[in-house]
Amino acid sequence: MPGNRKTGKPKVAVFKFASCDGCQLSLLDAEEELLDVAGAIDIAFFPEASRRMLKGPYDIGIVEGSITTPHDVEHIREIRKSCAALITIGACATAGGIQALRNWKDIKNFVHIVYASPEYVSTLDRSLPVGSFVHVDFELRGCPINKFQLIEVINAFLNIRRPNIQTHSVCIECKLKGNNCVMVARGEPCLGPVTQAGCGAICPSFDRGCYGCFGPMESPNTPALAAQFKEMGKTKLDIMLAFRTFNAYADAFRKESEAHEQ
Amino acid sequence: MTSAFRMNPDGLQRLLALLQQMDYETIGPTMSGDAITYDRIASISDLPVGWTDEQAPGIYRLVRGDDREYFGYTLPAQSWKRFLYPPFRKLFSIKKNGKSLELDEAESGTAKYAFIGVRACELSAISIQDKVFNLGEYRDDNYLSLRKKIFVVAVNCSHAGDNCFCTSMKTGPGAKHDFDIALTEILKEGDHYFIAEAGTEAGSAIIEMIGPGKATDDEIAAADNVVRETAAHITKSMDTRGLPELLADNLEHSQWEDVAKRCLTCGNCTMVCPTCFCSTVEDATDLSGQVAERFRRWDSCFTMDFAKVSGGNFRISPKSRYRQWLTHKLSSWVDQFGVSGCVGCGRCIAWCPVGIDLTAEVKAIRGTSVKQEKEV
Repeated sequence: MPGNRKTGKPKVAVFKFASCDGCQLSLLDAEEELLDVAGAIDIAFFPEASRRMLKGPYDIGIVEGSITTPHDVEHIREIRKSCAALITIGACATAGGIQALRNWKDIKNFVHIVYASPEYVSTLDRSLPVGSFVHVDFELRGCPINKFQLIEVINAFLNIRRPNIQTHSVCIECKLKGNNCVMVARGEPCLGPVTQAGCGAICPSFDRGCYGCFGPMESPNTPALAAQFKEMGKTKLDIMLAFRTFNAYADAFRKESEAHEQ
Repeated sequence: MTSAFRMNPDGLQRLLALLQQMDYETIGPTMSGDAITYDRIASISDLPVGWTDEQAPGIYRLVRGDDREYFGYTLPAQSWKRFLYPPFRKLFSIKKNGKSLELDEAESGTAKYAFIGVRACELSAISIQDKVFNLGEYRDDNYLSLRKKIFVVAVNCSHAGDNCFCTSMKTGPGAKHDFDIALTEILKEGDHYFIAEAGTEAGSAIIEMIGPGKATDDEIAAADNVVRETAAHITKSMDTRGLPELLADNLEHSQWEDVAKRCLTCGNCTMVCPTCFCSTVEDATDLSGQVAERFRRWDSCFTMDFAKVSGGNFRISPKSRYRQWLTHKLSSWVDQFGVSGCVGCGRCIAWCPVGIDLTAEVKAIRGTSVKQEKEV
């Protein structure tokens, strides 16, 4: 990595698109690890954290948020050109986010209802992940992401090794932790079997079903899980809504929710 | 039973206290949220007294049982595997020291466990893992070191669960081997006691220290009857005649496609299986790259990383992954270790979120085997 000419440290930039900022704030939320991270990299561009804004090129670009406007499309293409490695973080950047719920509606109607002068609003018809427009080197899932996973990904890029980010189900995380399965022991519908691990199985650890914040796991059998939800007494609407949340537009979840649309 | 003793519940407390005095960490069944799990227990009040469970494919529910009974459940959520073969383990760390590297290996098996309430099927599972982790030059020193030190108090099953099929696998419901002490809990009218039997000298010595009286013939008969009754109430079965050959001959059976439609590939079955032993290693570094560490973590043949090699993954389809699991467990395991990998505990059936039942899959394959069943 070329790095900052003065410090020799890799230059890192953090960019934001349509999102709530929660994911990029996980970097500042790193607390104990923050000083180590700040010591290992040169935070060259991070408007949320600092007024110092160095120009590119950057060694690592971290991108939060989904692409929702023609301007976003131009901007993400510029960013891609200026970053040696591009990492997208969070459900918005990797799946279109909760705002992708608009993808099933006519955006023009929304614009007319919300804005007094809709003619000034220029927007795409859908909210899409960054990967739909440019090549992404690593997608870090979650709504929000897990800060330890973010540090692990940065760490792996700095040390030129593979990040230890599992793509299997949340179930394995539950079992490693010793959680009792909420589906089996409580009859609570849970998206864990079709959702990617990484959150630390937060919800099942508190006796709640998984909400699927980390998006589809590597081989999601959503029809089989939906069939089980039905057995458990859930309606088509319940099932449709379960799959249509933060990762609604991720392929497997999108198809499953559409299969239960009425 | 050659020498059986009668022990009252306070004798059980005395047993725990003695083991603790001998520096054993006492692990046993205890209530943990919605299930009974194995965890550290300080006294018999930590046992799930008065609780039992109802199980079916994909279902586990705690229900009230006999108010006095300590071991009235069938099988806790996860097995003893967690203790002898922990889900996470740091293997070593390497530090850069100028031009040289400093290796710091993790210490092997420092804990000294006493397992209280091991079921007969689980004794078989432990003896299977003994083979797995002691294969010539491929030894797991951490497992072997922990294993060598355990003190095993087996408890014969007094309740047959709907997912249990130990009678088919010839592993239960009565403990026959690999225990230091075996207990049978008897609840009879106003009477509540345990019949204790030693399996080792260490077990005998402890029984002697507790000082129970010899059991009468009637009491021994009552204990035998508990095991016999439990066996009689086991409803699930798996026909094991020629099973390894049956599965090996049916690798292209249409049932594999059928089960793949239902299988979530979530890996729960492999995690709860008391004999599944697969793991992965992960290398991590600190941010500066000065320290590297290697960790071992439970893995599953259902994950995509498991069969990933240079050039790709040789088990991409869920069908091939389920088939790999079941044929290994019931067929190629025998070639590898000389025994079946299944002990009939039924955990994979209970803890499968969609209730896939391996005995039903085997039955379906046997029913429409592409090859004639071999006479056994």
